[in-house]
Amino acid sequence: MSKLRVVHYINQFFANIGGEEKADYKPELRNEIVGPGLAFSQAFGDEAEIVATVICGDSYFNENVEEAKATVLDMIKSQSPDLVICGPAFNAGRYGVACGTVAAAVKKELGLPVVTGMYKENPGADMFKKDVYIVSTKNSAAGMRDAVKKMAPLAIKLAKGEAIGASAEEGYLPNGLRKNFFEKKRGSERAVEMLVKKLSGKEFETEYEMPSFDRVAPGPAIKDMSKAKIALVTSGGIVPKGNPDHIESSSASKYGQYDIEGVTDLTADTYETAHGGYDPVYANEDADRVLPVDVITDLVKEGRIGSLHKYYYATVGNGTAVASAKKYATEIGKKLIDDHVDAVILTST
Amino acid sequence: MVKAIEAYGIPVVHIATVVPISQTVGANRIVPAIAIPHPLGNPALTHEEEKELRRKIVEKALEALETPVDEQTVFEWK
Repeated sequence: MSKLRVVHYINQFFANIGGEEKADYKPELRNEIVGPGLAFSQAFGDEAEIVATVICGDSYFNENVEEAKATVLDMIKSQSPDLVICGPAFNAGRYGVACGTVAAAVKKELGLPVVTGMYKENPGADMFKKDVYIVSTKNSAAGMRDAVKKMAPLAIKLAKGEAIGASAEEGYLPNGLRKNFFEKKRGSERAVEMLVKKLSGKEFETEYEMPSFDRVAPGPAIKDMSKAKIALVTSGGIVPKGNPDHIESSSASKYGQYDIEGVTDLTADTYETAHGGYDPVYANEDADRVLPVDVITDLVKEGRIGSLHKYYYATVGNGTAVASAKKYATEIGKKLIDDHVDAVILTST
Repeated sequence: MVKAIEAYGIPVVHIATVVPISQTVGANRIVPAIAIPHPLGNPALTHEEEKELRRKIVEKALEALETPVDEQTVFEWK
Protein backbone atom coordinates (compact mmCIF):
# COMPACT_ATOMS: atom_id res chain seq x y z
CA MET A 1 0.00 0.00 0.00
CA SER A 2 1.33 3.42 -0.83
CA LYS A 3 1.87 5.91 1.93
CA LEU A 4 -0.72 8.58 2.70
CA ARG A 5 0.33 12.00 1.43
CA VAL A 6 0.45 14.60 4.19
CA VAL A 7 0.78 18.40 3.99
CA HIS A 8 1.89 20.13 7.18
CA TYR A 9 1.05 23.75 8.09
CA ILE A 10 3.39 25.60 10.47
CA ASN A 11 4.34 29.19 11.36
CA GLN A 12 7.54 31.15 10.79
CA PHE A 13 8.84 30.32 14.25
CA PHE A 14 8.62 26.54 13.95
CA ALA A 15 10.04 26.80 10.42
CA ASN A 16 13.16 28.38 11.95
CA ILE A 17 12.70 31.51 9.85
CA GLY A 18 12.54 33.83 12.81
CA GLY A 19 10.56 35.13 15.78
CA GLU A 20 8.28 38.11 15.98
CA GLU A 21 10.41 40.19 13.60
CA LYS A 22 9.47 37.65 10.90
CA ALA A 23 5.80 37.27 11.89
CA ASP A 24 4.78 39.11 8.71
CA TYR A 25 6.23 36.28 6.58
CA LYS A 26 4.00 35.50 3.59
CA PRO A 27 2.80 31.96 2.80
CA GLU A 28 5.46 29.70 1.35
CA LEU A 29 5.30 26.13 0.05
CA ARG A 30 8.26 23.80 0.52
CA ASN A 31 8.42 20.24 -0.74
CA GLU A 32 10.19 18.98 2.32
CA ILE A 33 9.79 18.19 5.98
CA VAL A 34 10.35 21.25 8.19
CA GLY A 35 10.70 21.61 11.97
CA PRO A 36 8.10 19.61 13.92
CA GLY A 37 7.33 17.71 10.70
CA LEU A 38 10.25 15.46 11.54
CA ALA A 39 8.59 14.20 14.72
CA PHE A 40 5.35 13.60 12.82
CA SER A 41 7.18 11.82 10.05
CA GLN A 42 8.76 9.45 12.58
CA ALA A 43 5.42 8.85 14.27
CA PHE A 44 3.75 8.08 10.94
CA GLY A 45 6.28 5.35 10.17
CA ASP A 46 5.28 3.50 6.99
CA GLU A 47 1.71 4.74 7.03
CA ALA A 48 2.16 8.29 5.81
CA GLU A 49 4.75 10.76 4.60
CA ILE A 50 4.93 14.54 4.66
CA VAL A 51 5.18 15.63 1.03
CA ALA A 52 5.10 19.35 1.64
CA THR A 53 5.12 22.01 4.35
CA VAL A 54 3.23 25.30 4.11
CA ILE A 55 4.69 28.09 6.21
CA CYS A 56 3.05 31.41 7.08
CA GLY A 57 3.89 34.16 9.56
CA ASP A 58 1.35 34.48 12.40
CA SER A 59 0.85 38.23 12.11
CA TYR A 60 0.57 38.04 8.33
CA PHE A 61 -2.10 35.38 8.61
CA ASN A 62 -4.17 37.18 11.24
CA GLU A 63 -3.93 40.59 9.61
CA ASN A 64 -4.85 39.23 6.15
CA VAL A 65 -7.08 36.30 7.04
CA GLU A 66 -9.04 35.92 3.80
CA GLU A 67 -6.06 36.37 1.51
CA ALA A 68 -3.75 34.18 3.59
CA LYS A 69 -6.37 31.47 3.93
CA ALA A 70 -6.96 31.36 0.16
CA THR A 71 -3.23 31.22 -0.65
CA VAL A 72 -2.48 28.57 1.97
CA LEU A 73 -5.44 26.51 0.78
CA ASP A 74 -4.26 26.66 -2.85
CA MET A 75 -0.78 25.57 -1.80
CA ILE A 76 -2.18 22.63 0.17
CA LYS A 77 -4.49 21.64 -2.68
CA SER A 78 -1.65 21.72 -5.21
CA GLN A 79 -0.01 18.80 -3.40
CA SER A 80 -3.13 16.58 -3.59
CA PRO A 81 -2.75 15.37 -0.02
CA ASP A 82 -4.75 12.62 1.69
CA LEU A 83 -4.37 14.31 5.05
CA VAL A 84 -3.44 17.70 6.53
CA ILE A 85 -1.76 18.48 9.86
CA CYS A 86 -1.72 22.01 11.33
CA GLY A 87 0.65 23.00 14.12
CA PRO A 88 0.48 22.13 16.96
CA ALA A 89 0.15 25.73 18.21
CA PHE A 90 0.30 25.14 21.99
CA ASN A 91 -0.66 28.44 23.70
CA ALA A 92 0.37 30.80 20.87
CA GLY A 93 -2.83 32.74 20.21
CA ARG A 94 -2.29 33.95 16.65
CA TYR A 95 -0.77 30.60 15.63
CA GLY A 96 -3.78 28.82 17.13
CA VAL A 97 -6.22 31.01 15.24
CA ALA A 98 -4.24 30.42 12.03
CA CYS A 99 -4.13 26.62 12.55
CA GLY A 100 -7.85 26.55 13.34
CA THR A 101 -8.75 28.71 10.33
CA VAL A 102 -6.63 26.61 7.95
CA ALA A 103 -7.91 23.32 9.42
CA ALA A 104 -11.57 24.38 9.22
CA ALA A 105 -11.11 25.52 5.61
CA VAL A 106 -9.29 22.31 4.64
CA LYS A 107 -12.19 20.30 6.01
CA LYS A 108 -14.96 22.45 4.61
CA GLU A 109 -13.56 23.58 1.28
CA LEU A 110 -11.23 20.71 0.34
CA GLY A 111 -13.15 17.98 2.14
CA LEU A 112 -9.93 16.47 3.50
CA PRO A 113 -9.23 14.91 6.89
CA VAL A 114 -7.32 17.33 9.11
CA VAL A 115 -6.01 17.45 12.67
CA THR A 116 -4.56 20.35 14.62
CA GLY A 117 -3.40 20.70 18.21
CA MET A 118 -3.40 23.44 20.83
CA TYR A 119 -3.61 24.25 24.52
CA LYS A 120 -7.17 24.46 25.78
CA GLU A 121 -6.88 28.16 26.65
CA ASN A 122 -5.65 29.12 23.17
CA PRO A 123 -8.34 31.41 21.70
CA GLY A 124 -8.22 29.28 18.55
CA ALA A 125 -9.47 26.31 20.59
CA ASP A 126 -12.81 27.86 21.50
CA MET A 127 -13.19 29.24 17.99
CA PHE A 128 -12.70 25.97 16.13
CA LYS A 129 -13.17 22.98 18.47
CA LYS A 130 -16.63 22.34 17.09
CA ASP A 131 -15.39 22.42 13.48
CA VAL A 132 -12.27 20.26 13.52
CA TYR A 133 -10.39 17.81 15.72
CA ILE A 134 -8.10 19.82 17.98
CA VAL A 135 -5.82 17.65 20.06
CA SER A 136 -5.37 19.01 23.56
CA THR A 137 -1.69 19.88 24.08
CA LYS A 138 0.46 21.38 26.83
CA ASN A 139 0.87 25.17 26.87
CA SER A 140 4.40 25.27 25.45
CA ALA A 141 6.51 23.59 22.79
CA ALA A 142 7.99 21.40 25.54
CA GLY A 143 4.83 19.35 24.99
CA MET A 144 5.70 18.56 21.35
CA ARG A 145 6.41 14.85 21.88
CA ASP A 146 3.20 14.35 23.76
CA ALA A 147 1.22 16.30 21.15
CA VAL A 148 2.65 14.32 18.22
CA LYS A 149 1.94 11.06 20.05
CA LYS A 150 -1.76 11.94 20.10
CA MET A 151 -2.09 13.86 16.82
CA ALA A 152 -0.38 11.37 14.51
CA PRO A 153 -2.53 8.30 15.30
CA LEU A 154 -5.74 10.35 15.29
CA ALA A 155 -4.81 11.78 11.88
CA ILE A 156 -4.07 8.32 10.43
CA LYS A 157 -7.39 7.00 11.76
CA LEU A 158 -9.25 9.91 10.19
CA ALA A 159 -7.48 9.50 6.85
CA LYS A 160 -8.29 5.78 6.78
CA GLY A 161 -11.89 6.49 7.64
CA GLU A 162 -11.74 4.49 10.87
CA ALA A 163 -14.14 5.16 13.73
CA ILE A 164 -13.02 7.97 16.03
CA GLY A 165 -13.51 7.39 19.75
CA ALA A 166 -14.73 9.87 22.35
CA SER A 167 -12.63 12.96 23.15
CA ALA A 168 -11.34 11.48 26.42
CA GLU A 169 -10.00 8.39 24.59
CA GLU A 170 -8.47 10.10 21.56
CA GLY A 171 -7.18 13.19 23.35
CA TYR A 172 -8.98 15.87 21.35
CA LEU A 173 -10.86 18.79 22.88
CA PRO A 174 -14.55 17.97 23.45
CA ASN A 175 -16.46 19.10 20.37
CA GLY A 176 -19.95 18.85 21.80
CA LEU A 177 -20.81 15.63 19.96
CA ARG A 178 -22.14 12.79 22.11
CA LYS A 179 -21.47 9.14 21.49
CA ASN A 180 -23.49 6.26 22.92
CA PHE A 181 -21.44 3.39 24.28
CA PHE A 182 -21.53 0.81 27.03
CA GLU A 183 -19.38 1.52 30.08
CA LYS A 184 -17.73 -1.42 31.80
CA LYS A 185 -18.97 -0.29 35.19
CA ARG A 186 -22.54 0.63 35.91
CA GLY A 187 -23.59 4.19 36.74
CA SER A 188 -24.00 3.76 40.49
CA GLU A 189 -20.47 2.41 40.83
CA ARG A 190 -19.03 5.25 38.77
CA ALA A 191 -20.95 7.84 40.74
CA VAL A 192 -19.70 6.49 44.08
CA GLU A 193 -16.13 6.39 42.80
CA MET A 194 -16.43 9.98 41.64
CA LEU A 195 -17.88 11.05 44.97
CA VAL A 196 -15.09 9.34 46.92
CA LYS A 197 -12.50 11.08 44.76
CA LYS A 198 -14.21 14.41 45.28
CA LEU A 199 -14.46 13.94 49.05
CA SER A 200 -10.79 13.07 49.31
CA GLY A 201 -9.87 16.12 47.28
CA LYS A 202 -8.60 14.15 44.28
CA GLU A 203 -9.17 15.06 40.66
CA PHE A 204 -12.16 13.48 39.02
CA GLU A 205 -13.66 13.65 35.58
CA THR A 206 -17.28 14.58 35.25
CA GLU A 207 -19.37 12.65 32.74
CA TYR A 208 -21.68 15.54 32.15
CA GLU A 209 -19.91 18.82 31.69
CA MET A 210 -22.06 21.89 32.30
CA PRO A 211 -21.82 24.45 29.52
CA SER A 212 -20.00 27.58 30.63
CA PHE A 213 -21.76 30.82 29.79
CA ASP A 214 -18.85 33.07 30.43
CA ARG A 215 -20.35 36.34 29.32
CA VAL A 216 -20.66 39.73 31.00
CA ALA A 217 -23.49 42.17 30.31
CA PRO A 218 -22.38 45.31 28.43
CA GLY A 219 -21.88 48.32 30.69
CA PRO A 220 -24.34 51.18 30.13
CA ALA A 221 -23.45 53.81 27.53
CA ILE A 222 -21.76 57.04 28.64
CA LYS A 223 -24.30 59.86 28.42
CA ASP A 224 -21.99 62.84 28.63
CA MET A 225 -18.45 62.07 27.51
CA SER A 226 -17.35 65.65 28.22
CA LYS A 227 -17.76 64.90 31.93
CA ALA A 228 -16.54 61.31 31.89
CA LYS A 229 -13.32 60.04 33.43
CA ILE A 230 -11.67 57.55 31.07
CA ALA A 231 -8.99 55.05 32.07
CA LEU A 232 -6.53 53.27 29.81
CA VAL A 233 -5.67 49.60 30.25
CA THR A 234 -3.54 47.45 27.94
CA SER A 235 -2.45 43.86 27.50
CA GLY A 236 0.21 45.16 25.10
CA GLY A 237 2.89 45.48 27.79
CA ILE A 238 3.51 49.26 27.67
CA VAL A 239 5.68 50.19 30.67
CA PRO A 240 7.88 53.11 31.71
CA LYS A 241 11.34 52.72 30.17
CA GLY A 242 13.35 50.09 32.03
CA ASN A 243 10.25 48.08 33.02
CA PRO A 244 10.45 49.00 36.75
CA ASP A 245 8.14 46.18 37.87
CA HIS A 246 9.92 43.59 35.72
CA ILE A 247 6.74 42.40 34.06
CA GLU A 248 7.66 39.20 32.24
CA SER A 249 7.69 39.11 28.43
CA SER A 250 5.43 36.06 28.49
CA SER A 251 3.24 34.31 31.07
CA ALA A 252 3.16 37.55 33.06
CA SER A 253 2.88 37.03 36.82
CA LYS A 254 1.77 40.62 37.51
CA TYR A 255 0.43 43.87 36.14
CA GLY A 256 1.66 47.42 36.63
CA GLN A 257 -0.03 50.63 37.72
CA TYR A 258 1.66 53.72 36.26
CA ASP A 259 1.10 57.40 36.95
CA ILE A 260 0.66 59.40 33.74
CA GLU A 261 -0.57 62.63 35.28
CA GLY A 262 0.72 65.46 33.10
CA VAL A 263 2.07 63.09 30.42
CA THR A 264 0.85 64.10 26.96
CA ASP A 265 3.01 61.93 24.74
CA LEU A 266 4.77 58.60 25.14
CA THR A 267 8.23 58.78 23.61
CA ALA A 268 11.02 56.34 22.85
CA ASP A 269 12.98 57.81 25.79
CA THR A 270 10.23 57.35 28.35
CA TYR A 271 8.18 54.26 27.51
CA GLU A 272 8.65 50.84 25.94
CA THR A 273 6.94 47.49 25.67
CA ALA A 274 7.71 44.47 27.85
CA HIS A 275 5.67 42.20 25.57
CA GLY A 276 7.55 39.27 24.03
CA GLY A 277 4.79 38.15 21.71
CA TYR A 278 5.07 40.72 18.96
CA ASP A 279 7.84 42.65 17.22
CA PRO A 280 8.61 45.42 19.76
CA VAL A 281 10.28 47.83 17.30
CA TYR A 282 7.18 49.97 16.60
CA ALA A 283 5.95 50.17 20.21
CA ASN A 284 9.44 51.04 21.47
CA GLU A 285 9.70 53.79 18.87
CA ASP A 286 6.37 55.30 19.92
CA ALA A 287 4.29 53.62 22.62
CA ASP A 288 1.27 55.77 21.68
CA ARG A 289 0.86 53.19 18.91
CA VAL A 290 -0.36 50.79 21.61
CA LEU A 291 -1.52 53.13 24.40
CA PRO A 292 -2.93 56.29 22.76
CA VAL A 293 -2.06 58.79 25.52
CA ASP A 294 -1.23 61.58 23.04
CA VAL A 295 -4.59 61.52 21.30
CA ILE A 296 -6.58 61.10 24.53
CA THR A 297 -4.91 64.10 26.18
CA ASP A 298 -5.66 66.16 23.04
CA LEU A 299 -9.31 65.14 23.28
CA VAL A 300 -9.37 66.07 26.98
CA LYS A 301 -7.90 69.48 26.14
CA GLU A 302 -10.57 69.99 23.49
CA GLY A 303 -13.31 69.08 25.95
CA ARG A 304 -14.45 65.96 24.10
CA ILE A 305 -13.52 63.81 27.12
CA GLY A 306 -13.91 64.97 30.74
CA SER A 307 -10.58 63.64 31.97
CA LEU A 308 -8.00 60.88 31.67
CA HIS A 309 -7.52 58.82 34.84
CA LYS A 310 -4.09 59.53 36.34
CA TYR A 311 -3.09 55.86 36.33
CA TYR A 312 -2.97 53.43 33.49
CA TYR A 313 -2.69 49.67 33.95
CA ALA A 314 -0.64 47.27 31.88
CA THR A 315 0.22 43.62 31.68
CA VAL A 316 1.66 41.36 29.02
CA GLY A 317 -0.95 39.24 27.28
CA ASN A 318 1.39 36.59 25.88
CA GLY A 319 0.74 33.02 26.90
CA THR A 320 -0.69 34.47 30.10
CA ALA A 321 -3.14 32.10 31.77
CA VAL A 322 -6.78 33.13 31.55
CA ALA A 323 -7.05 32.77 35.32
CA SER A 324 -4.17 35.25 35.83
CA ALA A 325 -5.61 37.79 33.40
CA LYS A 326 -8.94 37.56 35.17
CA LYS A 327 -7.33 38.05 38.56
CA TYR A 328 -5.37 41.13 37.42
CA ALA A 329 -8.42 42.66 35.78
CA THR A 330 -10.59 42.03 38.85
CA GLU A 331 -8.06 43.95 40.96
CA ILE A 332 -7.72 46.68 38.33
CA GLY A 333 -11.51 46.98 38.00
CA LYS A 334 -11.88 47.40 41.77
CA LYS A 335 -9.31 50.23 41.79
CA LEU A 336 -11.00 51.92 38.83
CA ILE A 337 -14.37 51.81 40.57
CA ASP A 338 -12.86 53.19 43.79
CA ASP A 339 -11.34 56.01 41.74
CA HIS A 340 -14.72 56.78 40.10
CA VAL A 341 -13.65 55.94 36.57
CA ASP A 342 -16.63 56.02 34.18
CA ALA A 343 -15.35 54.01 31.22
CA VAL A 344 -12.31 52.06 30.06
CA ILE A 345 -10.42 51.83 26.79
CA LEU A 346 -8.53 48.54 26.69
CA THR A 347 -6.02 47.99 23.92
CA SER A 348 -4.62 44.64 22.77
CA THR A 349 -1.87 43.83 20.32
CA MET B 1 -9.56 41.30 31.16
CA VAL B 2 -12.34 43.18 29.39
CA LYS B 3 -14.97 41.01 31.05
CA ALA B 4 -13.52 41.12 34.55
CA ILE B 5 -13.48 44.94 34.45
CA GLU B 6 -16.88 45.26 32.79
CA ALA B 7 -18.29 42.94 35.49
CA TYR B 8 -18.15 46.00 37.80
CA GLY B 9 -20.74 47.65 35.56
CA ILE B 10 -18.54 50.16 33.75
CA PRO B 11 -18.42 50.06 29.96
CA VAL B 12 -15.18 48.82 28.38
CA VAL B 13 -14.29 49.23 24.72
CA HIS B 14 -11.75 46.76 23.37
CA ILE B 15 -9.43 48.06 20.64
CA ALA B 16 -8.03 44.85 19.19
CA THR B 17 -6.36 43.75 15.98
CA VAL B 18 -7.71 40.20 15.83
CA VAL B 19 -11.44 40.85 16.14
CA PRO B 20 -12.46 37.15 16.18
CA ILE B 21 -10.35 36.64 19.31
CA SER B 22 -11.99 39.61 20.97
CA GLN B 23 -15.40 38.19 20.08
CA THR B 24 -14.49 34.74 21.37
CA VAL B 25 -13.30 36.03 24.72
CA GLY B 26 -16.49 38.06 25.04
CA ALA B 27 -15.82 41.78 24.61
CA ASN B 28 -19.08 43.69 24.10
CA ARG B 29 -17.80 46.82 22.37
CA ILE B 30 -15.04 46.12 19.85
CA VAL B 31 -13.09 48.53 17.66
CA PRO B 32 -10.78 46.89 15.09
CA ALA B 33 -7.14 48.00 15.24
CA ILE B 34 -4.52 48.26 12.51
CA ALA B 35 -1.86 45.62 13.09
CA ILE B 36 -0.58 43.43 15.90
CA PRO B 37 2.74 45.23 16.58
CA HIS B 38 1.13 48.68 16.17
CA PRO B 39 -2.63 48.49 16.84
CA LEU B 40 -3.05 52.28 16.96
CA GLY B 41 -0.42 53.39 14.52
CA ASN B 42 1.14 52.85 11.15
CA PRO B 43 4.89 53.41 10.88
CA ALA B 44 4.58 53.77 7.10
CA LEU B 45 2.81 57.13 7.53
CA THR B 46 4.23 60.48 8.59
CA HIS B 47 4.00 61.30 12.29
CA GLU B 48 1.08 63.69 11.64
CA GLU B 49 -0.86 61.27 9.43
CA GLU B 50 -0.31 58.53 11.95
CA LYS B 51 -1.64 60.62 14.82
CA GLU B 52 -4.68 61.52 12.71
CA LEU B 53 -5.31 57.82 12.11
CA ARG B 54 -4.94 57.06 15.82
CA ARG B 55 -7.38 59.84 16.62
CA LYS B 56 -9.91 58.31 14.24
CA ILE B 57 -9.73 54.97 16.07
CA VAL B 58 -9.95 56.58 19.52
CA GLU B 59 -12.94 58.69 18.42
CA LYS B 60 -14.63 55.50 17.22
CA ALA B 61 -13.90 53.96 20.63
CA LEU B 62 -15.53 56.94 22.36
CA GLU B 63 -18.52 56.61 20.07
CA ALA B 64 -18.73 52.93 21.05
CA LEU B 65 -18.75 53.90 24.74
CA GLU B 66 -21.57 56.38 24.03
CA THR B 67 -23.66 53.80 22.19
CA PRO B 68 -26.00 51.55 24.17
CA VAL B 69 -25.49 47.89 23.14
CA ASP B 70 -27.21 44.73 24.25
CA GLU B 71 -25.00 42.30 22.37
CA GLN B 72 -21.44 42.09 21.07
CA THR B 73 -20.95 44.92 18.60
CA VAL B 74 -18.06 45.73 16.29
CA PHE B 75 -17.64 49.45 15.58
CA GLU B 76 -15.95 49.74 12.16
CA TRP B 77 -14.06 52.90 11.24
CA LYS B 78 -12.25 51.75 8.07
